[in-house]
Amino acid sequence: METYILLGFVLLLSIFLGLELIAKVPSTLHTPLMSGANAISGIALVGALMLSSDGQMQDALAFGAILFASINVFGGYLVTNRMLSMFKKK
Amino acid sequence: MESILNISESTISAIQNLVYIGSSVLFILGIKMLGKEATAVKGNYLSALAMFSAVAITCLNLDIDFKIIIAGVLLGGLIGSAIAIKVKMTAIPEMVALFNGFGGLATFLIAWSQFNAPENNMFQHALIMLTIYIGGITFSGSLVAYGKLSERLKLGKGSLITNVLISFFYLSLPALVYVIFEPTISVAISTAIPSVSSYFLFFLGLTLIAGLGFVTPIGGGDMPVVISLLNSLSGIAAAFAGLLLENNVLIVAGSLVGASGLILTVIMAKAMNRTIGNILFVGYASPTQSTGAVEQGEVKPINAADAYLILENASSVLIVPGYGMAVAQAQHVVREMGELLEENGTEVKYGIHPVAGRMPGHMNVLLAEANVSYDLLAEPDDVNPVMDSVDVAIVIGANDVVNPSATEEEGSPIYGMPIIEVHNAKTVFVLKRSMSSGFAGVQNPLFFKENTRMLFGDAKESIGLVVSEFKD
Repeated sequence: METYILLGFVLLLSIFLGLELIAKVPSTLHTPLMSGANAISGIALVGALMLSSDGQMQDALAFGAILFASINVFGGYLVTNRMLSMFKKK
Repeated sequence: MESILNISESTISAIQNLVYIGSSVLFILGIKMLGKEATAVKGNYLSALAMFSAVAITCLNLDIDFKIIIAGVLLGGLIGSAIAIKVKMTAIPEMVALFNGFGGLATFLIAWSQFNAPENNMFQHALIMLTIYIGGITFSGSLVAYGKLSERLKLGKGSLITNVLISFFYLSLPALVYVIFEPTISVAISTAIPSVSSYFLFFLGLTLIAGLGFVTPIGGGDMPVVISLLNSLSGIAAAFAGLLLENNVLIVAGSLVGASGLILTVIMAKAMNRTIGNILFVGYASPTQSTGAVEQGEVKPINAADAYLILENASSVLIVPGYGMAVAQAQHVVREMGELLEENGTEVKYGIHPVAGRMPGHMNVLLAEANVSYDLLAEPDDVNPVMDSVDVAIVIGANDVVNPSATEEEGSPIYGMPIIEVHNAKTVFVLKRSMSSGFAGVQNPLFFKENTRMLFGDAKESIGLVVSEFKD
């Protein structure tokens, strides 16, 4: 139980930190920020790698989780980068 | 668990946790830098570096067969990169929705796998159910958003299928409460209650259908809010998976995404002067017939040649794009017109409403793609006070965000929504395909104003004609 309280503490602090960090974002960057945040949510890949493997069912679930999280990570970062490279000031 | 290197498991776990702390710091810096124009590119690299180190260090200690991991990462990487490289900039909203859904699906599968793992205590059991629910809703909800944005799915509010799906969404809420407390309930009643797997599979299916019911009734114009919210949910799902797996970096990264999505959701809702609850569960009120009828008047059409003559003599021009510009793919020809006007000595600005288009910042991305400098883009608060000094405001495929009913007509469904007040400019050009009303279904009195000229037709063609007039 104590672990969960500590982890819950980390969770709450991170949310507050996130709210403070992003409170003022120019509207130009709304899409890149969203797409960049979307790429970060691919962190589920780390969770997928931690899964246990006993039996075909578990392997299939792990494979699926790794596959979809990887699409999210690679696609998210690449498209954010593509988008940001277009923003220019003359 | 077998380790690749020959060191004890506790040492590995210590190293992993240290690297996770480093990654978390990089994620925080990365997302902070993403919020400023000058540092955004670097911020994205930092966050990618954070992702890479977190993933790499996790591989020190694996239970799954390495072949499965290689196959999954390679295949996922290929698919993701292919989509990201090939996608057209006009298709970005639906692609962000799709990636978002895949992130949700990954957490859904993680929680499912944890359910099958032995030794779940009650707290873990509740977390598993919550993660499945949020991840599942994010996944199927994002698929609906993808379908709506790419215009493959045309299910409106009020159709029978939509109503059935909505009922499933409401049914899923008590079901969620039930499965969270299921262990206690089963023990209390008897041990002979339905076998565990059947109720669980039922819940998995219900969750996915509930996600469809959550997003299906929400209309296209409200998509900026929905996309931001789904983005936030995918982060929260990852953070819950982090609690479940007791992994700090998942919690930190997931929470950051959850927070940023939440902020965007609030910004979008404010820009529509509506609450999030109203957007998700109510939708626009149907417009009353009477208000529409009174405003009817005569519209004054104009052709490209006349438009050119007026523009040639204008000293300041404000361009207000909307979803119609995205549909017509007119951003390049708009930039060309803007440059010709500037060469002619006209001051050109772009007025960007936060909810113009189908996702937050949609217009900014399109204009950036067409090479419009971002310091020419202005927000409503910047352009409205100086609107009466603007000679010509050109509205390209925007409707509700320039509808004066929002400021003038108290009974209107969009009353109170902050708009770009183009009707205060000396002349307004409205580029439009037909006289149909906007997403909100509200008649737009702007079209009948004394100073408004309608330029009917495809936006790309119309502006192309003006541009060729300039070149002659």
